[in-house]
Amino acid sequence: MSLATYTGVLDLAAGAFLLAAVLIVWRRELRSIVHLLAWQGAALAAIPLTEGLYQRDPGPVIVGLVVLVLRAGVLPVLLLRAVGTADNERRESTPLVNTTSSLLITAALTVLAYAVTRPIIALNPTPATRAVPAAFAVILIAVFVMVSRRRALSQAVGFLVLDNGITATAFLITGGVPLIVELGASLDVLFAVFVLGLLTGHMRRAFGGTDLDQLRELRD
Amino acid sequence: MSALSIVAAALQVVVVLVGAPFVVGGMRQVRARLEGRAGGGVGQPWRDLRKQFRKQQVTPRGTTIVFALAPAVAAGTTLLIAAILPIFALGSPLDPVADLFGVVGLLFLGTVALTLAGLDTGTAFGGMGSSREITIAALVEPTILLAVFALSIPGQSANLSAIVSATLDDPGQVLSLGSVLAFVALVIVIIAETGRLPVDNPSTHLELTMIHEAMVLEYSGPKLALIEWASGMRLTVLLAMLANLFLPWGIAGADPSLLAVLLGAVAIAVKVAVLAGALAAAEVFIAKLRYFRVPELLAGSFLLALLAVTASYFLATPTQ
Repeated sequence: MSLATYTGVLDLAAGAFLLAAVLIVWRRELRSIVHLLAWQGAALAAIPLTEGLYQRDPGPVIVGLVVLVLRAGVLPVLLLRAVGTADNERRESTPLVNTTSSLLITAALTVLAYAVTRPIIALNPTPATRAVPAAFAVILIAVFVMVSRRRALSQAVGFLVLDNGITATAFLITGGVPLIVELGASLDVLFAVFVLGLLTGHMRRAFGGTDLDQLRELRD
Repeated sequence: MSALSIVAAALQVVVVLVGAPFVVGGMRQVRARLEGRAGGGVGQPWRDLRKQFRKQQVTPRGTTIVFALAPAVAAGTTLLIAAILPIFALGSPLDPVADLFGVVGLLFLGTVALTLAGLDTGTAFGGMGSSREITIAALVEPTILLAVFALSIPGQSANLSAIVSATLDDPGQVLSLGSVLAFVALVIVIIAETGRLPVDNPSTHLELTMIHEAMVLEYSGPKLALIEWASGMRLTVLLAMLANLFLPWGIAGADPSLLAVLLGAVAIAVKVAVLAGALAAAEVFIAKLRYFRVPELLAGSFLLALLAVTASYFLATPTQ
């Protein structure tokens, strides 16, 4: 694989990764949000796969395949099962910030990410570190999604996007994470999603909905 | 600059003048067939124009010269854009004096002229239509400027011929992320600017939803024909611009032969026909967006344009 192809594929993966986060902010349908999460997982997996193929190193390739199976396959399927079939559960209820403002805030967060990561890029300007701002922007966007959504499931998606962003930053800065570290982190996320899925199911059975705004008061 | 580039530029204007109603007719025909209707045929807009031009001119009482001149300004700016753009061949005689920003400015000059004419009539519908049109235009403008900025980064210039030749020299950059995002943002902007679905429905005269049609409601006869012709030309010119900015293959060079110019004409005709057909076919499947949700769509396209700029600027250039 030549340097130009490597740079092109890496930039495309980082861009698709950021684009998926932006579209998650834009869309309201819970199902399409989960599908976008799967696309983002695939874009994330492309980063270590490209690096492994470029450096002819099997380590990152294996990490990439693990990431692909887990984040583009297992986690979205688990979340899709947690999405209710009832009509009032299919869409995100009115978010705290309306869509137009969220999109503009996302734009501001992206520019902020580019501004604050300049020193990191200046340390070692390679094609991989130049894509770090995209991963960092995804972290900021994910935090915004988590604080501005009301449904338990969209907050879980926000958490997973946040984790995707952190993983992508690690891949891009260090040029490959040891397999054992990645396996540990992936197992953590998998269990977190299991627990969130269980909790969402319990909430729906107990209260008939997962709107977190209605869970402010304690009752006996 | 050779004599043939001047001929090519003149030919562009004539072909846009003659071809625009056929583009509109073709789009209506595609839509009609997909909806199971027979349709009026590709030549129907031309027959409508002929009918309108034969009618008597009626001017509403109390209107001023603004109302009388607006159709001519709208048509004139569009023709000027048709002469500037590299549609058949690169290096039109007007190319050195106008870049992409100039083209955007001319586009908005036409929009503003029609908006003022809508206000000039003093009727409720005219004012409402103008207010909506200018709201959309104000939201479109930042997106279009950002998309232009993103497109001018690879060519290092906002000059249209420079952008097109940069794409011709390096075909791989069409598939780069910045270029793809700028394409999507520009498509949304063109849809909003030409008043097509889902922003505005060109075939309805329902009071609550019309935008462009409300603004030109007081026009009749030859002036109405001129406005409809101008909006058809605007759509054609914008589609041609989109096609040549992103898929410039087939266009004649800066110093063309006659055969190359003709080949460029055929290429762009095919490209515009495909784009218009795709647009019309997509319109069958979508409903008009509620007016208050249009800003959401345009904010999304603004964000895509911003991402296009960041992608092509930050990822492509080495940091010092």
